[in-house]
Amino acid sequence: MYLETQNVTKQYAAHLALNNVSIQVPKGTVFGLLGPNGAGKTTLIRIITRITAPDNGEVFINGRPFTGNDVYNIGYLPEERGLYKKMKVGEQAMYLARLRGLTKENAHRELMKWFQRFDILDWYNRKVEELSKGMQQKVQFISTVIHNPDLLIFDEPFSGFDPVNADIIKNEMLRLRDEGKTVILSTHNMESVEALCDNIALINKAQVVLHGNVYDIRNRYKQHIFRFRIIADDFDLQSDAFTVLSKEKYHEYLDVRIQKRMETDNSALVKMILDRYNIISFEEELPTMNEVFIEAVKQ
Amino acid sequence: MNTLGLVIEREYTSRVKKKSFILLTILMPFLFVGLAFVPMWLSTIKDSGVKKIAVIDQTGLYAPDLKSSEHYQFQLVGDADTTNYQTQLGNELFAILQITGDLSKNPKAVSLTSGKQTPMDLQSQIENTLSEKVTQQKLDELAASGNVDQAAITQVRNIIESGSHISLSTLKWSKSGDVSETSTTVASIVGMTFTILIYMFIMIYGSMVMQAVMEEKRSRIVEVMISSMKPVNLLIGKIIAIGLVGLTQLLIWAVMVGVLFLAGSSFLGLSQEVMNAQTTANGMEMAADIDAAGIMSMLMTINWVEIAVFFIVYFIGGFVLYASIFAVIGASVDNEQDVQQFMMPVTILLLFAFYAGFYSVQNPDGPLAYWCSFIPFTSPIVMMVRIPFGIPFWQELLSVALLYGTFILISYLAAKIYRVGILMYGKKPTLKEIIKWATYK
Repeated sequence: MYLETQNVTKQYAAHLALNNVSIQVPKGTVFGLLGPNGAGKTTLIRIITRITAPDNGEVFINGRPFTGNDVYNIGYLPEERGLYKKMKVGEQAMYLARLRGLTKENAHRELMKWFQRFDILDWYNRKVEELSKGMQQKVQFISTVIHNPDLLIFDEPFSGFDPVNADIIKNEMLRLRDEGKTVILSTHNMESVEALCDNIALINKAQVVLHGNVYDIRNRYKQHIFRFRIIADDFDLQSDAFTVLSKEKYHEYLDVRIQKRMETDNSALVKMILDRYNIISFEEELPTMNEVFIEAVKQ
Repeated sequence: MNTLGLVIEREYTSRVKKKSFILLTILMPFLFVGLAFVPMWLSTIKDSGVKKIAVIDQTGLYAPDLKSSEHYQFQLVGDADTTNYQTQLGNELFAILQITGDLSKNPKAVSLTSGKQTPMDLQSQIENTLSEKVTQQKLDELAASGNVDQAAITQVRNIIESGSHISLSTLKWSKSGDVSETSTTVASIVGMTFTILIYMFIMIYGSMVMQAVMEEKRSRIVEVMISSMKPVNLLIGKIIAIGLVGLTQLLIWAVMVGVLFLAGSSFLGLSQEVMNAQTTANGMEMAADIDAAGIMSMLMTINWVEIAVFFIVYFIGGFVLYASIFAVIGASVDNEQDVQQFMMPVTILLLFAFYAGFYSVQNPDGPLAYWCSFIPFTSPIVMMVRIPFGIPFWQELLSVALLYGTFILISYLAAKIYRVGILMYGKKPTLKEIIKWATYK
């Protein structure tokens, strides 16, 4: 386990922001921190980054308690982020890089590398206020990763990016993960969770309601819904083994969604259909993270 | 370099490099010296041209005593065509002096009509001349009445003629036995100057801290910043950097004002003559007794080293104290409208300190000055008035100790509130909530 929080509790006046929150983030993975607005995600991140202290509980990194110097090994892109408007892009990036512990020379070298990678070298002497929001986001992303930290925390990293740039950032995150970095991603964009995250924790009303591997979780929430395509005009197989949810004609095909009963065996089900129809495809439909999210929060 | 150093470096250089800062820093001394020299300079050049004053003296008693000077020419005319003269007013005639009766009996029987505002020196010249004449008249009458000894009358005349103007020289006796000549006026001016300076700097640079904190909060950069350093370092760095900007400006001003004054005085030939010309021209006879050399020697008796040291000490103490409070305000709100409400009490406190300092000049050892120079929120401003007058060392020490004790306490609380406040967006917090923030872990 690279990062662990144990029974973290935080109280703000009358509002309990976190209640006994424990999460485990394995090394070299992307970890999704999910939850509705106001659930306590940002508070948890602020506790991990030592911006606020927990009332109770502890944060461990590499199996030992987290200390003040460990913040230099974190790259944090907050949801509420900005830049000094009057500063030049280069100066600003240099300043943030040096605040994160880089020497002047190292900061400059790393900066050049990233500016080249994002193809924004010609922005170096522009003032921040002249940049579009997306451009500023890129500068912020660079300043988050410039000091080569082992733990990266991104809070809503895709907001403000167009699809092309969002994709660049996604790929950068995966590349960083493949380099062995651990990434915590907090977002409401469930598609990106499915695409990027290995594990997630879902926080609702200050508590962890769901925690674990993305595939396992989707599996756990599955409704035993199967989708298959047959060559037929209609599907009229009557059985106690399943109920038909929908039928849709597509050219010479028919797309059918059924929900099977728990006891029914999968191969028996396929056989039953195969006896009567010509099957083109057959697959189980796992719930999307979006559905899991809504389901888990409702409970 | 550590984060604190980096913050100080950025906050300092970004402000010092600003065009507005450079411009203000360079232009202010010129403005200041200009304000001091231009009136003096004007007073030396405006005395060209002779102003004619027509005198209509129906009694014939006073006109011969009105002596024409290089600026004013008195011309005795008959009262026949007063209206004729009135038409000439503003052209070749500057004013008409009308004396319609015996002034010893009716002091109101004199008037001066002029097209413009009557200059102070003309008015005082006429008043003095007429007053003297009336005194003579009355003495003459007294002598003529025969009730009084003639010898006594002569003596009285002598006394009046010799004049009896007293100029009080104030001496200061120090414990070591030195007696030096001081001037209350000079000490007051010096004290006032430093009080205004320290007030201005606390106000300007204190609110600059607030603006900086607010800007960081509003542009949402603050969380990026404090993810790589302790919030308290960000705050301390900002306060130190802005304080240094203030001191830089002050130092440049001090050097420039000094140089400009030296240059200015040699350019204008600031001698006793000019000083006297100016003071008499303004009708300030009192000041005429303090000649330029006297002022210089009195300026020398003031302990500049002591003042400079305490100015820096009080500037730092006062600035950090108020800057901490301003920082709390900046961290607590996220829009300009709400600022005003929180600023009000602080501004009132500062204004009170300023007025307390202002009135302390008249009585630097009075109860107002005495107590306000110990209260930490007023002491940086009020104490600067008192120091040029010389006060016991224990008072200075106690005042500084109280100020620094308070500023440590206040800035400790401010740092705790700041840390929470900068991350709070949305609704405006109440004072109770802000105080509660200080208790958060």
